[in-house]
Amino acid sequence: MTKALKLNKSAEEGILEFLKYLLESGKVKGVFTLKRISKNSAIAYSLITNPDELKDAVPFYPLMPVNAGKLMSRFTLKEGAKKPVAAILKPCELRGFIELIKREQGTLDNLYIISSICGGVFPSRTEVDRSAEKKLPKYWESVKKGEISPDLRSVCKACEEFIPYTADITFDLLGNNDIDKHSIFYLNTKKGEDLAKDMKGDFSEKEFDRKKLEKINEKRQAEKKKLYDEIGKKMNGIDGLVEIFGRCIGCHGCSKVCPICYCKLCEFESPDSEYSPSNYETELRKRGGIKVPPGTIYFHLGRLTHIGISCVACGQCNDVCPVDIPVADIFKKVGESIQKMFDYVPGKDVEEEIPLVSFKQEEFAEIEE
Amino acid sequence: MKNNEEFMPRILAFLCNWCSYAGADLAGTSRIKYPASILPIRVMCSSRVDPLFVLRAYLGGADGVLVAGCHPGDCHYQDGNYYTRRRFVALKKIVESIGLDSDRLRLSWVSASEGQKYAKVATEFTNKIKELGANSAKSKIFL
Repeated sequence: MTKALKLNKSAEEGILEFLKYLLESGKVKGVFTLKRISKNSAIAYSLITNPDELKDAVPFYPLMPVNAGKLMSRFTLKEGAKKPVAAILKPCELRGFIELIKREQGTLDNLYIISSICGGVFPSRTEVDRSAEKKLPKYWESVKKGEISPDLRSVCKACEEFIPYTADITFDLLGNNDIDKHSIFYLNTKKGEDLAKDMKGDFSEKEFDRKKLEKINEKRQAEKKKLYDEIGKKMNGIDGLVEIFGRCIGCHGCSKVCPICYCKLCEFESPDSEYSPSNYETELRKRGGIKVPPGTIYFHLGRLTHIGISCVACGQCNDVCPVDIPVADIFKKVGESIQKMFDYVPGKDVEEEIPLVSFKQEEFAEIEE
Repeated sequence: MKNNEEFMPRILAFLCNWCSYAGADLAGTSRIKYPASILPIRVMCSSRVDPLFVLRAYLGGADGVLVAGCHPGDCHYQDGNYYTRRRFVALKKIVESIGLDSDRLRLSWVSASEGQKYAKVATEFTNKIKELGANSAKSKIFL
């Protein structure tokens, strides 16, 4: 059982009231949330200190302009947050952040993490063509019923990690039929309890409706199987890879937005990966032709070996790809295959070591031939 | 290559300085016979082998890639080969999941005194690659 706070307001108003209370009471000095930043309804992550600014905040808007895990890392790098800040993150953003913390790219000091049982997000393009706004009513309808909205990102539809692991406060969204009437905050940690302590509302001991969530999970699993079958068919030998990655223009956008790819000097952007005239000559002598820019399959496979173990499948890479390569679908499938070997769920526990920088003496003896 | 000639694979081998390279040396000085398919690269430790090296070799057209190091527990740098092992397990899985041929990658432990074993590994691996045939990445232009 966890402590829970119930407000008799819709989810939208409830969370805003809660945030407003936090700011006004001085329990936190800043709030990190999604916010409408202009009249044409552009949505962006914002750090807010003035309670009045909260009126345009839309904490649970189904968009992920940037993976906020990456932003939190930038924000807490080296010294950590100077003053207490409440951050509203989606579960996969939180997991991405935790993975970055494991890589010493941020800290949880002075941060209060508020997350939600997540219904998934739309592809970013829906914000560009303004279709997100129109899809909202339908989205919330499916969230209430615990169904998979057809407008979601492909990896969101197939996501089984919609319950946040390490949030101080979890907001009940997905599968909750009453989000029009009540807001329920699960206070998972002591930190979370302290935040909500003096708030006006009903406190009780509550438990997630596991049965309902299990049902949602089943739907997601079915969707995942579909996704994996589909992408698995394409990943077929060298020819399959050429088919998938052949149109890659080498912009490295997928690694730029990836919450796990944090290296300032990326191997693939270093002079080592640059093709010199003599490299071209060798390749041409050997193969009689070369795709330019070269090394695109190498780049994607290489990135898989570097960050596949920690991929949280947020889908950001799918969204930014200018030539529609299903990067996230592939990374989710392949990443999961290696995560399973080490029994590792990226971002589940900040104390857990990244498998590739740790070892056990007795394991995998069968790999040696 | 003419068609009637037997296919001789080209296998890139990353050998650790302290064990496997010395083992390969021993195989040579002991005049043990093994196929000439192996192109050795000496690295200071098997854990120096970034999975990227292996991928680059594979996509560059190497028919097989061998990584060899000290037996677990015998690493000159205490723990290097334990990391190698985990990385290699992961790499093999990635290669397999993406639909490539993970049988072309091999990890072996060969100590400095195991000239015989080195020759055995080289022979076995070469035979296996011969069965698999040439790496199709070799002839692909658009990689």
